[in-house]
Amino acid sequence: MPDRGFVKNALSKTETFFKELPQKNSFKIFVSVLVSVLIGLFAGLLILLIFNPRNSFRAFGGILAGAFGDPTSVLIGIGDWFYYATPILLTGLSVGFAFKTGLFNIGAAGQFMVGQYAALMVAFYGGGLGSFQWVAALAAGILAGALWGFIPGFFKAIFNVNEVITSIMFNYIGMYLTNLLIKSNLTVYNQARTETHKINTEAFLPKFGMDKILPGSRADIGFLIAILVAISMFIILNKTKFGFELKGVGYNRHASRYAGINEKKAIILSMAIAGALAALGGALKMIAPGAHNVGNTLTVEEMLAPEGFNGIPVALLGLSNPVGIIFSALFITYIQRGGFFVQSLVMIEIIDIIIGVIIYFSAFSLVIRLFFERRAQRKRTEAELEADELKPEGGEA
Amino acid sequence: MDYIIEMLNISKEFPGVKANDNVTLQLRKGEIHALLGENGAGKSTLMSILFGLYQPDSGEIRVKGQTVKVRDPNDANDLGIGMVHQHFKLVENFTVLDNILLGHEPIKGLFIDREQAREKINTLSTTYKLHIDSDALIGEISVGMQQRVEILKMLFRDNEILIFDEPTAVLTPQEIDELMGIMKNLTKEGKSIIFITHKLNEIMKVSDRCTVLRRGKLIGTVETSKTSIPELSRMMVGRDVQFQIEKKTAKPAEAVLTVENLTVVSPYSQKNVVDDVSFQVRRGEIVCLAGIEGNGQSEVIYAITGLMRAASGRIVIKDEDVTHKNIRYRNDHGVSHVPEDRHRFGLILDYNLAYNLALKQYHLPRFQKFGFLKKDAINAYAEKLIEQYDIRAGQGGATLARSMSGGNQQKAIIAREIDKGSDLLVAVQVTRGLDVGAIEYIHGQIVKERDKGKAVLLVSLEIDEVLSLSDRILVMYEGKIVAELDPKETDELELGLYMTGGKEGTYHA
Repeated sequence: MPDRGFVKNALSKTETFFKELPQKNSFKIFVSVLVSVLIGLFAGLLILLIFNPRNSFRAFGGILAGAFGDPTSVLIGIGDWFYYATPILLTGLSVGFAFKTGLFNIGAAGQFMVGQYAALMVAFYGGGLGSFQWVAALAAGILAGALWGFIPGFFKAIFNVNEVITSIMFNYIGMYLTNLLIKSNLTVYNQARTETHKINTEAFLPKFGMDKILPGSRADIGFLIAILVAISMFIILNKTKFGFELKGVGYNRHASRYAGINEKKAIILSMAIAGALAALGGALKMIAPGAHNVGNTLTVEEMLAPEGFNGIPVALLGLSNPVGIIFSALFITYIQRGGFFVQSLVMIEIIDIIIGVIIYFSAFSLVIRLFFERRAQRKRTEAELEADELKPEGGEA
Repeated sequence: MDYIIEMLNISKEFPGVKANDNVTLQLRKGEIHALLGENGAGKSTLMSILFGLYQPDSGEIRVKGQTVKVRDPNDANDLGIGMVHQHFKLVENFTVLDNILLGHEPIKGLFIDREQAREKINTLSTTYKLHIDSDALIGEISVGMQQRVEILKMLFRDNEILIFDEPTAVLTPQEIDELMGIMKNLTKEGKSIIFITHKLNEIMKVSDRCTVLRRGKLIGTVETSKTSIPELSRMMVGRDVQFQIEKKTAKPAEAVLTVENLTVVSPYSQKNVVDDVSFQVRRGEIVCLAGIEGNGQSEVIYAITGLMRAASGRIVIKDEDVTHKNIRYRNDHGVSHVPEDRHRFGLILDYNLAYNLALKQYHLPRFQKFGFLKKDAINAYAEKLIEQYDIRAGQGGATLARSMSGGNQQKAIIAREIDKGSDLLVAVQVTRGLDVGAIEYIHGQIVKERDKGKAVLLVSLEIDEVLSLSDRILVMYEGKIVAELDPKETDELELGLYMTGGKEGTYHA
């Protein structure tokens, strides 16, 4: 009976899996992330109690209900959740991917903005592309972002210029350059409103059935693309020769060079890919149909895209693991949506502070893991001490 | 008996390994007590337990007869235990004085009282004959002086029990003699020393007693005066050790490596660190580049393996000029390289053993298809090498390279480089920091490669190794080859003279 053997085998496999689970590193990491999130939530509650004791529990409940707390419908809540998670999922992947190669991409904001700009241009001028217009817009965004990542990567690899400094500079260069380009192009720029004109609905991303599953929500194909990208990143990093090289360079640049890996190429490519990821986030946001009621416009202002910086905590909380980043982006958006729905009870600033605190504690997951390991150790030695004292010849009294 | 420290029946288990199994070590006041064992025998674990870095699973520690718990290095420090680590823990861009104070600064008001500290340090340094320049930066002083700073750090904290973790691994022969003198002085002044090493002659020279560990177990404690090197090595390895390398006369064939008028310029000083060097390495011979550290040997190797650019000259491997080829090309076309610094170059410590064993070949069709790694093939290959080269790792191919002992890390590198099947094996300082068992093994492997018809280029700072292993010696001094010697017709003295520039030779490639 081959079937029974198969079942038996599967059972014993699951059994050993659960037996070994507490020993597994990935499990320990997961638990520590979970604990740090809980501590963060608790700290958030404390802050609420201090600032607004009267409504604090109701507000906290609202935050916990997160995206599901949408007053119109749960399905809309879920759809909007996906919609809002998409950009920071991609900037999170951008930062996390660079982390894996030992680089700190703090330039996701600039990359995000050039991605937005490139997509916007295709939306304005690519009318002849028909149903491929959105694909072209995304591709243009990706290219622009790749260039914005390539330059800091190039300087890092060839001249050993710290990528943090260059990519911060490129945040501002990206912001002012896109502002300048928009302002000097009057077909695009609406001087009266200091923002761009609205783009044609033909340039929008397709909904890809998301409007059927989650009717009335802002969800579109973007979230699915982001998930697909995250999974591809996971495969590239863990299964391919290319990922082996990138991580190798991240762990030990010298040994990688010694092994024959072109470490300069790896650094440049890694930054270019990181740039492309962030810019894809920007492009997706730019032509998302869900933004229609706010006009799919770019406002000309001196502000860096917050999605770029939010990518950093997303990557940290997801421990730079692409699959982890999917969950962390969803978690952070979830809390943000929850906060958004309880604005009538607490000021939005307090919600932002609470989210900040949660993320801050989440980054402590490593410390928390160490704490648990230490405690386990201490308990063991204390047990021994007690056992020693119980021995008749142990004490001198 | 008057023991200052007793570690009784200590056991400590790590996943897959019993690092210490019922080990007892008793240190008398004022003695130098050697702790001997192969790499991975559990010496470091035992000392880490004493120093509070690990907690033992069972057993107890007594200081002056009192049972104590050492929870962390601060506890150890309070108990008067200090450690000179193998890799110094010094701040490069601090002065000697500040490094000694660090963590123990005498305070006057809001400020550090450097003058009071300086006085104490000066007294200590004269009492124990530890010569230092207290205002020099750590980055600018010699390794020997850095070690004296480490020792002074312990004395400054009034430590009574000093642990030296393989202190001679990084020193020149002169510095080693000096250190031995310092250690004797320290015990004369009432300090007690635990001396971790696997160099048997140093144990015979300086220690009073010796405790031997093997695979985590205590083999015994002996009086040094009543034992001998062969007996100690038998205790350590568990069998008789061959000290003489057995090898037949070399039968060199055609050249595999030809270096012509090679010049390498240092990127820092812009000087010619390698100056017009020419030589050949043929099939079936072991050629050794001998010299004192920093005379251009490393740079010759870097130029051959592609890690550094040749300013001029030619490097030919098997009739092919590779002077301008990249590292990957050379790796794939006949160059194997056991690098000098196994942590910096040899291994990616955060990758597991299997990945490290495939490090030079992961890009070949054998281990990847359409850019996807064949993990099964990589793991199977790792299992094969682990078996064949007796690499000891707790979780096989899945063991993190970082968690392996130094000897096994080196074995892994050697396995990888030899198994690659290149015609040229370049090996730098292959036995640095290894115990006699591992050294014997590695020497055997190198001779075996030679006999298989490989060309071997060796760089070694150990004169014994140079004389016993090589078939031909090229001595480098200040970037030039100054002599070619036959190991059978030369001796330590002559070699030493050439190495220090005390004798000028004639060399024509």
